Amino acid sequence: MNSAGIVTVSYIAATILFILALGGLSNQETARRGNWYGITGMGIALVATILGVVSRNYTVLLVALLIGGSIGLVLARRVQMTQMPELVAILHSLVGLAAVLVGFANFMDHSTALVGVEKTIHDIETYLGVLIGAVTFSGSVIAFGKLSGRIGGKPMLLPARHWLNLGLLLGAIWFGREFVLQSAAGGGMTPLVVMTVIALLFGIHMVMAIGGADMPVVVSMLNSYSGWAASATGFMLSNDLLIVTGALVGSSGAILSYIMCRAMNRKFIAVIAGGFGTGGGTTASGAAVEGEIVPIQAEETAELLANAKEVMIVPGYGMAVAQAQHTVYEITKTLREKGVNVRFGIHPVAGRMPGHMNVLLAEAKVPYDIVFEMDEINEDFPDIDVSVVIGANDIVNPSAQEEPNSPIAGMPVLEVWKGRTTIVLKRSMATGYAGVENPLFYKENTRMLFGDAKDSLDAVLKAL
Amino acid sequence: MKIGVPGENYAGERRVATTPEVASQLMKLGYGVVVQSGAGAEANFSDDAYRSVGCEIAASAKEIYASSDIVMKVRAPEGAELGLLRSGQTLICFLWPAQNPGLLKTLTDKGVTALSMDSVPRISRAQKMDALSSMANIAGYRAVVEAAQHFGRFFTGQITAAGKIPPAKVMVIGAGVAGLAAIGAAKSMGAIVRAFDTRPEVKEQVESMDAEFLMLDFKDEDGSGEGGYAKVMSKEFIDAEMALFAEQAKDVDIIITTALIPGKPAPRLITAEMVESMKDGSVVVDLAAEQGGNCELTEPGRVAVKHGVTLIGYTDLPSRLSAQSSQLYGTNLRHLLTDMTPEKNGELVLNMEDEVIRGATVCTGGKTTWPPPAPKLSAAPKAAKPAAAPVAKPEEKKSAAGPVVAMAVGALALFGLGAVAPPSFMAHFTVFVLACFVGYMVIWNVTPALHTPLMSVTNAISSIIVIGALLQVSSANSLIMWIAGFTVLITSINIAGGFAVTRRMLDMFRK
Repeated sequence: MNSAGIVTVSYIAATILFILALGGLSNQETARRGNWYGITGMGIALVATILGVVSRNYTVLLVALLIGGSIGLVLARRVQMTQMPELVAILHSLVGLAAVLVGFANFMDHSTALVGVEKTIHDIETYLGVLIGAVTFSGSVIAFGKLSGRIGGKPMLLPARHWLNLGLLLGAIWFGREFVLQSAAGGGMTPLVVMTVIALLFGIHMVMAIGGADMPVVVSMLNSYSGWAASATGFMLSNDLLIVTGALVGSSGAILSYIMCRAMNRKFIAVIAGGFGTGGGTTASGAAVEGEIVPIQAEETAELLANAKEVMIVPGYGMAVAQAQHTVYEITKTLREKGVNVRFGIHPVAGRMPGHMNVLLAEAKVPYDIVFEMDEINEDFPDIDVSVVIGANDIVNPSAQEEPNSPIAGMPVLEVWKGRTTIVLKRSMATGYAGVENPLFYKENTRMLFGDAKDSLDAVLKAL
Repeated sequence: MKIGVPGENYAGERRVATTPEVASQLMKLGYGVVVQSGAGAEANFSDDAYRSVGCEIAASAKEIYASSDIVMKVRAPEGAELGLLRSGQTLICFLWPAQNPGLLKTLTDKGVTALSMDSVPRISRAQKMDALSSMANIAGYRAVVEAAQHFGRFFTGQITAAGKIPPAKVMVIGAGVAGLAAIGAAKSMGAIVRAFDTRPEVKEQVESMDAEFLMLDFKDEDGSGEGGYAKVMSKEFIDAEMALFAEQAKDVDIIITTALIPGKPAPRLITAEMVESMKDGSVVVDLAAEQGGNCELTEPGRVAVKHGVTLIGYTDLPSRLSAQSSQLYGTNLRHLLTDMTPEKNGELVLNMEDEVIRGATVCTGGKTTWPPPAPKLSAAPKAAKPAAAPVAKPEEKKSAAGPVVAMAVGALALFGLGAVAPPSFMAHFTVFVLACFVGYMVIWNVTPALHTPLMSVTNAISSIIVIGALLQVSSANSLIMWIAGFTVLITSINIAGGFAVTRRMLDMFRK
């Protein structure tokens, strides 16, 4: 029996299943099946490799699989839905670390003898795999720290940071050349280690410079990197399954990053270069906002909601922080029973991860057919009686459309102010992440409900 | 402190200065509220309704004046009522100090602190206590209702089996709060509405209500005066305006006039000839009747029919919608008191530094404090916008050359690679590029709501890197073996964790 052939066929099957898995996610009905395709694909690939390729050390292998698998399952069961961004970030870091380790192990393994151009290409592949893996690893660890609040969310802006990045890049290239040369002569471990350190520093520095609200871009970018790292490892090992899967993941992350950037009307490079509004030269002053803030009490809010016909709820990161999604659902249920048409409007970058709000609402059992994307419902706002903005700021800021000077000018926003009344739940009058005053709060038809989102909403629910 | 609400004794006045709902909110501010028996009867608020929220009911006005620290009314006290006021008491109502200097003097001499609701400055912050706007809104609405009552036909146009009914044509003069309310009401009844105002900036507001703004073909003369009110116009302007009205009068069925200039008699806009030229059965509602009337023939306080045209000169339109106007007026008062009770402890604080309270207070401690100094800020910001022109970011022209060059460079690089790389690499490279495209096509179909599951599932899939470790775990080199073992461990965390959490998330999505 030709075991190599069977392994290859299994890999093809796994590749197809992975593509089907991603395709399945195109809507909620097929998503669950998609996930099963992914699990099956992974199972086939693992079994084929273990039976067809691995020849010894089964104990180590199985023990590692068992321990790792159980840790993973426990993590997945324990994690709170609000902590999803952190979990995703830390899982990315594991892929990055794995890429680094596989790269090093492969480099130390001299059993395959290559010469000439093949050797050079193989070395470059190894080098790239380790480089991307290391950036992914340290970047994801920092992102995890920022998302879980262990590291402050403010962007850390070192002086001359662009030059620093450039220096690190040039260093990496130079050591790459050294590595290839020395490797041809039989050595090369030193430049590889030095480069790994440089890449780790680069990953740390890159993510440190990016602020909290840009995190959706960072998380999806790291997702993309973990894919490219796998792909590079595939090249190194001449393994098409790794190449294909890595490329799939890589392009998926890249597209997500692109979507997130578009949702903020920012250039990808600008996000990665870090800081906010520092590139445009206009500091976050905008036009002075005139008008008055009209506070509102929970009872009045409840009354407004109960008397409305069309209600739109716009959640933001504040809802996740306050863990208010369950109360939101209770309010939604109560209102819908009274015949109020409650819907949700989700901005693509609301929260700290692509799709963050959808997951939170799903967790709270909000049916997904009343949760809409920004583009689907933005035109409906003129017919909305009451919009409720929960812990969101920049994504409902009218100055993005009205103030050409504003740092967020041109960013697509949810046009809540076009509705009849807007109720904004907020802890204080602090500005949003972009540091821009929000004229929405001063509009005549806006009412401010100050306080922790969960407490306020609980009071509203009680009054209903 | 105790708030007293006596009944209104002006003939035909149906409003009351507080409703049970407002009273309950006043009590939350720490005040006690005492209402005269029957004060709210005309506005459909029974004594029991007041009692049920915790108000005291007093039998006579005398008792109220004697027991309360603050007296809230709609109209100014008259005659014997004035005598009941005592020094140190606070009176809040419509006083019209400019029109009633005698009343102001009496109040000052008595040492009463009087706040006049009509003197609340028209600034954004004070909008919630702007009782004039509340009343004007009601008057505008009621004007249309009165007009409909006296107009012998439909407002809306219809085509029925019995023939075609043309829609009524309504002209509203003066697009202030009352005018806009009238436009809205008439429009919602289906009439064709036209509106005129000397202030060009209200054009947008009129058009936003779906009415037609009658433009005067005249050199730009702006009729906007202090505080968003209109001012007196030049003679030429008035002539042109009158010509426009004369022309419109022949065409429209209903004219609603709301033109007022603060502190001046109402301008005469509709002459006897214009009324004569109107169609029989037409209606004119003159909201300025109390100030002399915009129409020459209006008889203040009553309905008259002259030249076949019904002229409505009611001066008590808000009072004709007494429940509504009492509620709005009461809420205005409540907002004022909220501002004057910073501690929410039922103690009134007369902060003369506060622009709004300073403006409303006409006399206190034996001194007349009216008129107040000019307000600092107009409701409409007067072109005070900083001239900071948008930093003209020169929009970099994206020439077609950019992408072309990039593609050319990419193609060259690929050719260079193809020239030197061995065939085995190129085979892998082909697979790689194709996979990128497949990924690109597949991912665009993913619904944004599933982006988080997408990330966790791609994360799990990218742990396919475990294959690399599996290949190495059989190595004879024990260091490599251990490294590979560790890699298997961490990637399997990822595999199990990624898929399991995705499953958990997807199970939560439901219809």
